[in-house]
Formats: sequence, structure tokens, C-alpha cells
Amino acid sequence: MTEFGISRFGAYIPRLRLDRSIIAAAHAWMAPGLKGQAKGSRAFTNWDEDTITMGVEAARDAVGPGDLQGVGAVRLASTNLPYADLQNAAIVARALGAADGVATSDAAGSQRAGTSALLQALKGTEPSLVIAADNPFAKPASAQELSFGAGAAAFMVSDQNIAARLVGSATVANVFVDHFRSADADSDYNWEERWVRDEGYAKIVPNAVKAALADAQLTMGDIQHFVMPSYLKGAADAVAKKLKFAGTVAGGLEDGVGYAGAAHALLMLAATLEKAGPGERILLVGFGQGADALIFQTTDAIASVRPARGVAGSIADGLPTDSYLRMLSFYNGIEAEWGMRSEKSGKTALTEQYRSADQLEGFNAGKCGSCGTVQFPQLQYCVNCHTSNDQFADVPLRDEVAEVLTSTADWLSYHPAPPLWVGFVRFHSGARLLMEMVDIGKDGIDTGAKLRMVYRIKEKDRQRGYNRYFWKATPLGAA
Amino acid sequence: MATGIKDKVAILGMGCSKFGERWDAGSPDLMKEAFEEALADAGIERNQIEAAWFGCWGDSINVGNSSIPAAMALRLEGIPVSRVENMCATGTEALRGAVYAVASGAVDIALAIGAEKLKDTGFGGLPPPFKGTFNDMWMPMGSAPAGFAQLAPYYRAKYGTSKEDLKRAISHVSWKSHQNGVHSPKAHFQKAVPMETIMNAPMISDPLGLFDCSGVSDGSACAIVTTPEIAKALGKKDLVTIKALQLSTSSGRETQMNDWDGSYVATTRNAAARAYKEAGITDPKTQVHLSEVHDCFSITELVTMEDLGFSDDGRAVFDILDGRYDRDGAMPCQIDGGLKCFGHPIGASGLRMAYELYNQLLGRAGERQLSSPSIGLTHNLGGVPYQGIAAISVLGLA
Repeated sequence: MTEFGISRFGAYIPRLRLDRSIIAAAHAWMAPGLKGQAKGSRAFTNWDEDTITMGVEAARDAVGPGDLQGVGAVRLASTNLPYADLQNAAIVARALGAADGVATSDAAGSQRAGTSALLQALKGTEPSLVIAADNPFAKPASAQELSFGAGAAAFMVSDQNIAARLVGSATVANVFVDHFRSADADSDYNWEERWVRDEGYAKIVPNAVKAALADAQLTMGDIQHFVMPSYLKGAADAVAKKLKFAGTVAGGLEDGVGYAGAAHALLMLAATLEKAGPGERILLVGFGQGADALIFQTTDAIASVRPARGVAGSIADGLPTDSYLRMLSFYNGIEAEWGMRSEKSGKTALTEQYRSADQLEGFNAGKCGSCGTVQFPQLQYCVNCHTSNDQFADVPLRDEVAEVLTSTADWLSYHPAPPLWVGFVRFHSGARLLMEMVDIGKDGIDTGAKLRMVYRIKEKDRQRGYNRYFWKATPLGAA
Repeated sequence: MATGIKDKVAILGMGCSKFGERWDAGSPDLMKEAFEEALADAGIERNQIEAAWFGCWGDSINVGNSSIPAAMALRLEGIPVSRVENMCATGTEALRGAVYAVASGAVDIALAIGAEKLKDTGFGGLPPPFKGTFNDMWMPMGSAPAGFAQLAPYYRAKYGTSKEDLKRAISHVSWKSHQNGVHSPKAHFQKAVPMETIMNAPMISDPLGLFDCSGVSDGSACAIVTTPEIAKALGKKDLVTIKALQLSTSSGRETQMNDWDGSYVATTRNAAARAYKEAGITDPKTQVHLSEVHDCFSITELVTMEDLGFSDDGRAVFDILDGRYDRDGAMPCQIDGGLKCFGHPIGASGLRMAYELYNQLLGRAGERQLSSPSIGLTHNLGGVPYQGIAAISVLGLA
């Protein structure tokens, strides 16, 4: 038992959904057998989402508006981080408004990266934010293409206001290679499922579970929730049965999400915590080159820390789409003819990005010290009274509610998800600026519609492999 | 006390190339075409030009930076040549440079030339511009039609205009320009287009359809200016003089403050107020006889009629549908076809507008000739309605 536990949590599932039957239908000419697995819908990322942007969204759901006061570290776990050498967690932390002094680190390399990062934080010495975000890509017409999804979950680990306390844990490590992906590959190479199920999950997980139960001085009968992610259907039920577990086996979030890689264990934990009552015990398993087993016990605080959106809210917030090729294009599976407008250089002046970091990362408008006008961007003098910008105070716009003043759907500009929706947005504080709008439903968007801000990829520099990120507006409740 | 430039500078000669898809000509060829016409019209030799201003917009196409390409194309030996760029107001900006040089007494004869070769991009439309290292990091990269289309919802909300009425009015704007283009031999498009075709054209950026967008053209236009005294000494009888030349550039107020309601173009109103004052115009509705305005998109022309005071606020839809700005209306607008049909080679457009007024005022406009106009106005709008540059010139008979 450590003095740290989960004090808050949140989740984000990308809003775009595709019925698996649409994917299977696209492949019916070569893989008619996929039809049998094509149930429900999976989530997929918009062109401007990745594990960084999803991580930011999940963390905002966990933390709520405001800064990360008291948080000493931000850890980001994923096996699909956009950068190999450029710390992804640092980008997330800055977008969340973390202080300069926060420690940041990426955790990667295994499907249990999420559970391992959470365990490290719980055994650590300072309050921290643990985020797992993943977006696994599978080859077209593979079974994984149907079963995979995307999402992110975030947990505040603290010694205050604990809602779920870690009461025991264990880890076993080995090199059981159920699948692998080399550093330069896009998709996994998978071994036979029966071997993975029987020699892997069925033998390795019980060893870790037994050790964790011993650590907690508990037995399986003391556990109410068994939470084990797997990309193999039925794997959790089989392990639960082997462990003679009589409680609730957490669902795999197959419908509306899909298996979200290293984030999936933490997404399932978040979904379980959303429903759990006080005093319940949850056994969480992460599998990959061994297994992590974490046993939590909820406290009376659990009912008061339910996230605004969470997993259930994210699933309910889906935007149905209807084209397999759209999803494939967003995952760089096809190179469409985007026309000459797409040839514009997307080179980012890294010097400028660093100089302007306060405005770009935290979406900070400036409030004029003389006349009080809130303005974005912060230029050299106040737009209203011409007072120098050294008299401005930062006003973060990222958590402000805003509304549409005007919008237009632009089919002419190059945009990876046409049309480009662009228009003027007015913030509660009075700031007004032209913004890109994303995740617009089929009904478009009207003047006066309420908006929230989301951190997204502003532009992809495909020539150099660099993404620039910025904030975009998205309508609340678009369908 | 500044006295403005009214009647201090006269146009000695003007030229304009054929506009359109000039597969046969590069920017230097287009400049040559306009320059030779202007020289012949002015009745001077090239070595009498003492200073020149060259306007062009696109860096990725065209002739490259600086004034050198113009000086080399036209062999302007040893004189100061400046290159100016102010988006779609570039042509008028070049004219302003030349006019101010003469008005200041620094030189006797100056040249303004604008040219743009837009059809060397390999696609129809403008190349997406670089907006600056900082702006590119936050500002959405919308197209020009997307920027101008946003005037529509604001306008409709303010005046309670129905979607259908606005669409009919902006369609009439384009219909009228196509009618005028028929009589404009240098225009890019010289065909009339039925209203029905315009109304039902494919959507580019709602509510702007294909025919609500101006042509993407190659072309060059040129002016040679001097003092009225020198013009007369050189044998000119009827003189067209500059009555006003004004610019207004956005400082960010429209985009960053909430006091602009989006239904008009603030820079046009600012530039118009100053231009009318400089020219001594108190009632533009009656004192301006014809105009060439920046109809990059039909909606722009509609709000411009109000911004220039030609229509009362909220009345442009009705004035347009009543034919007030048609060829036979009270205040003909785009008599040469406008940007819509004459074409819009960006750096040349302001000078092309002045070229049409100059010819109309001198009674040399052929089939397009209006009955004895004496005051005309040109209007350019660079950028987008919420962040741009408005340039206005008032030309008239001396």
C-alpha cells in the first residue's frame, strides 16, 4: 500500500466512428470472412488527432479547468507517439499549462506501458499526472483493423482526496512475443492467437495476479472488478475463469471504441471507476512482455470525482461517418490526389514557435492592463487603446466557452478532411479571432452555436515529418 | 497643413495588356504590351521617365523579388525603380507612388506599372500565401472565397435579408459584369451568362458559387503621370487628373475587437471618407458617375456599394436588383467587366481600373462609352474583409 492513489481521472475517445460492417464490405472481395467479425463501430482519429492531442483531451477531462498546480510530473504512455526524439509528454504538459518545473517523460515500447506508468506514479514520491494514449494502425483487411480503435485515459495520482487507493501490485517480466512492431514499421506482426491465449494470457497473467493478491493480502474472492484488456476476443473471460473470479469482468469497450493499444487498460479502468461504488476492489491487468497487476480499492470520494466526459460520455459523443477510405486516408493508408494547393511548404520556424510558445501552447490571450480588452493574438500594442504589450496579463482561452459568430465551409483550400470549416469565434472574455472548426456534424454549424476548444494538429509538414499544434474550436453536441 | 493631391497630377498616358490566360506571354511580355501603349499614348520616349513603381504580388510565381525584373523588362536605365506589394491593392499602390513623386515635385514624369502572371502555377486559382512565421502557426489557412463568403451571414443577420434575396442580388452583380464584358475586347471573359446558370453554378464557398468568383488572369496595366502643366505643354488638351488617392490598412481591430459587426468592410469606409474629403466630394451618390470596384467576389461588390456610400446601408440588395449599377443604370459599375470578367491579375488590377476610367473620361471607351462622365472612382481590396487594405482613387476631368 502506498500513500498515493487516484484522485481524479478522465478519458477521451476520438469522436469519429465507423461501422465495422463498412470496413468489412470494403474488403469483401479479398477477405469475405471479415464480415463475421464486423459488429458495432470502432473509433478512429481525425486527420489532426494523434496520441498527443488525445492525451491532452483526456488530461483536461481528468484535471478540469485550471492549471496543474501541485503536479510534479506528467507521464505519457503510448506505443504510437508521433516523435521518436522530441519528448511528446513535454508538448502535452505545455498544452495543459503545466509549470516549467514539472518533470515530463514518455513511456513506450509495450502494450503495458500504460499500466506500468501508472504503477510507477503510484509508487512514486510526488503527485503526478499519468496519461495513456494510443492509436494503433493495422493493415487494411486485417482482423486488427476491425478490432483496433483509439483513445486516451488520464489519472491524477495524489496523496490527497484519493478516490481509488492502490492496495497491492505485482509485475512479472519475460519476453513472450505475441506480436511485435519494429521501430520503423507501421503495423504489428502477430503470432498465432491460440498460442497467445493459452501460453501467454492464461499462464503469465495468473502469476502476476497471485503475486499482487499476496502483496495486498487478499484473495480473488475479495475482488469485485476484473479489468484486463486484450486485442483477442474472450481472453479476459478465459483468464477470469482460470482465476475462479466470480465478480464482474470489465467489458472490452469493443463497440464505439475498439482496442486502443497501450491506453486500453487505463481506458477500461476509467470506465470501471465511472461505475464503481465506494469500497470496491478492482484488479487491473496490463499484458505485454510479462504482466502488471494492480489492485485498487475505491474510497468514499469515488462518487464525487466522476469526470465530466469520461469513457461513457466519450462513447456517447460519437460522430458516425460512412467512408472506409476516409479512415484509411487519415491513417496514411492511401495517398490521394490532393492537388497543387497541398504543395505549400508546411515548414515551421522553430525559433518563432519557441518565442511565441506562451500564446501557442496555452492559447493565452492578453488582457490589456489599461482598458481591459482581451485579445488574441497578443501583438505589440493593445488593439483598442495602444498600450504596450508589456502591460498585458495572460488569459487562457482553452477552457473558455465560446460561440460562433460566422462560419463557412471552404472546399477550395487544401485540407486533409474537406471542407475546411473556418469562422470567427467569440469568447466569453470578449476575445475574438478567426479559427478552424473541427468535428462538425452532418448539419453544419450555425451562428451562435456553442464551442469548446480542442488541441489539434494545425498543420502537418509532410516533407519534414513535423506537426505544428494549435487550438481549434469544436461545436458542443454536434451529431 | 497638408493640402492633398487633388489636381496636382495628371495622367499623361495609359496602357493595358489583353487580360486572360496568356499562355503566350510571361510577366515581362505583358509589361511590354501595357508599357508600349502607355508610351505611345503619352507621346514621350522612355528616357523621359524619371522614376518608376512596379507592383506585383506573388513571389512564388512571376518574376521574383525587387524592381529589377521591371527595370530589365522595360530597360529603365539608371532611374529609381521601386517594387511595391500590398496584396490586391498593389496596382493602386504603384500608382500612388508615382503620383506622390510627381506631386512632391521630386520628378516631372513617373511611371506606375503592375503585372501579374497567375497562370504559371499549374492550377486554377491563387497559390496559398505564406502568412508569416507566427500567423501560420495559429491562423486558419482559408481560401479567398472562404474569407469573403463570411460577409454574407453577417450582412443577412444585420439587415434581415433572406438567403434567396442575397443570392439573387449577388448573382445579378455577376450577370451585369458578364453583360459588360461582351463590349470589352481586352477582357478575359467576353460572354454574357444567363442568370439561371449563375444562380445554379457549383458552390465554391457558401453562398459563393463559381460565377460569384472573379477570373484568375494574367495581365499588366500601366500609367505615366506628370503635372497638369507639363501635360499641357506636351500637347494634351483634355486632362484626367487625380482627385484623390487614399489607402486604409487594417490594424487588427476588425478581427480582434467586437465593435465590428462583419457586414461591411471598415477599411473601405475609412479610405472612402478620406478620398471624398481629398476630392471634395460631399454626395457620392450623385457626384461619382461611374466606378470600378473590387468585385473579387460578388458579395464584395454588394457591400462595397454601401461602404462607398453609393447605396444606403442595407439597401444595396435592392439597388442592385433595380439595376442602379447596370450599364444603363444611374451609377454604372464595372463597365469594362470588372475583376469578374476583365480579369484579376492582382498587381495589375488597380491600374486596369484606372485605365477604364481614364478612357471613359476622355470619351475613348468605344462600345462601352458612357455619356460624358466627369468623375470616376476605383476601389481595391487587398486581403480579406476583416483584415485587409482598401485603396481608392478618384479620377476626373480637370
